[in-house]
Amino acid sequence: MQDNSSPFKLAIIGFGAVGQGVARVVQSVPHLEVVAIADSKGVALTPDLEDVLARKRKGKSIANSDLTALDVIRTVDHDVVVEVTPTNIENGEPGLTHFREALKNKRNVVTSNKGPLVAAFGELTELARAQGVALRYEATVGGAMPIINLIRDTLAGTQVLGIRGVLNGTCNYILTRMAEEALEYDQVLSEAQDMGIAEADPTYDVAGIDTACKVVILANAFFNRQVTFADVNVIGIEQITQDALQLARQRGFMVKLIGDVQELTVAPKLIPLGHPLNVSGTLNAASILTDTAGEITVAGKGAGSIETASAILSDILSLMRERD
Amino acid sequence: MRISMDLELKDTPGQLIHVLTPVSALGGNVLSIVHHHDKKTFRNTVPVYVIFDIEEHKLEELQEGLEKNGVTVVRIGKMRLRERAHILLIGHIIHTDLRQTIDTIDSTGFAEVQDLSLSMPAIDGPSSAIVTIMATGNEELKTSIALLKEIAERKDLLVIVPIDEGGLSGGQNNAG
Ligand SMILES: NC(=O)c1ccc[n+]([C@@H]2O[C@H](COP(=O)([O-])OP(=O)(O)OC[C@H]3O[C@@H](n4cnc5c(N)ncnc54)[C@H](OP(=O)(O)O)[C@@H]3O)[C@@H](O)[C@H]2O)c1
Repeated sequence: MQDNSSPFKLAIIGFGAVGQGVARVVQSVPHLEVVAIADSKGVALTPDLEDVLARKRKGKSIANSDLTALDVIRTVDHDVVVEVTPTNIENGEPGLTHFREALKNKRNVVTSNKGPLVAAFGELTELARAQGVALRYEATVGGAMPIINLIRDTLAGTQVLGIRGVLNGTCNYILTRMAEEALEYDQVLSEAQDMGIAEADPTYDVAGIDTACKVVILANAFFNRQVTFADVNVIGIEQITQDALQLARQRGFMVKLIGDVQELTVAPKLIPLGHPLNVSGTLNAASILTDTAGEITVAGKGAGSIETASAILSDILSLMRERD
Repeated sequence: MRISMDLELKDTPGQLIHVLTPVSALGGNVLSIVHHHDKKTFRNTVPVYVIFDIEEHKLEELQEGLEKNGVTVVRIGKMRLRERAHILLIGHIIHTDLRQTIDTIDSTGFAEVQDLSLSMPAIDGPSSAIVTIMATGNEELKTSIALLKEIAERKDLLVIVPIDEGGLSGGQNNAG
């Protein structure tokens, strides 16, 4: 057992919405120390968190050293790499290299970045196991909604037979608004873009790609599968009309984009109005079917800087507890 | 009322007319006929499975008619359409296509399209429709949804099925 008064050291790699959220939420946690923060342009060593947050907000450089993110991962002493660079589903980079180097250097990895997990789940979990460190990724699925740790810890001992859910807040927002306000897809999409709920290029969300990545991660994590993005049959929401949503509503249904982990499908489905997966707005929800505990449904905020950071923090805290 | 019958016909050409005539004479409507040529009986007859709609009180008369025609009635089943599902279709739905799609479902004998609402779009936009299928049981419902899906996807329509069709728990239980 280590001296639990020695600080638990983090490096935050990536300093966008989520990285900044992490810098905020860790400040209130005793015995946690951020030893370095990296964005795409440079590295702040032993940062004053309020100061780097202010610099970033003003669009200034955060760098106070010549190191790169990879240098930090390789040479600066720390326990956990918080990897929160952009998701790249083509090849997982730059995250994949960060993950590999962190694990090779016996550092735990906590992440919200789906890219490396979708690209190389088996390799990475095996590398972590061989190195005796942890790879934690609660924040990759459902943001603040607990699902991965819920299954791994709370539901340990039950057998998971299926997982399906509303796993993308952008799609859910668009479908909810279309149905409730009788607005057309294009109009609601523009509105969502204005509000920062949808990206300028919304394809990643509305074509179902993001949901498919989450399906891949859950399938690999809990169904012992070795699947990649190409194994998922994906239909997005771009073709859905307002008329169709009204016809469905008249018969007591909503349309939701559903990721089904066992089927390896992403598709819009009709959901009865009273169904537990019928969550509105940007909420996410997932149902887990187990052998002994029946069906359990969780819902929560699927994205957002602080929400995602809170999921990352829960992984960090569980690693801290395991250390102590 | 929807009826299914297991019959045995003589293995000579033109026997089917002995089934069809009495059914239609009593106002019935044949939906599906399956010949089991491969399962010929030792009496040298061919098992045939038919599904048709007919008024319930005419059933006895029908049975007499069939037997008078030399058709052996092995089993009579009354089928009830117990399971229901709604399916959304989006795309360039053309009326004639839709009619054909409905006919295909109806001709299964175990399922039928009970309701269809079509929303006509703005010029050039895709149209949307919701189809209600009733089937005799859960398996039959799934089969007919799969059939509809196959036809619609071939026509490049987006098909949105209910979450519990082929979902986690394999759908609602058959009411029994
Ligand atoms: N935002 C959410 O609500 C949410 C929810 C769940 C999961 N996620 C995932 O979490 C990750 C981070 O999301 P985000 O919203 O924070 O993204 P973001 O705002 O785009 O931030 C990405 C950060 O990564 C930095 N970066 C890019 N390449 C880098 C490199 N080679 N080395 C070091 N840093 C690099 C960027 O630097 P610059 O600042 O210099 O550009 C930026 O600070 C993504 O994988 C995303 O999919 C996000």
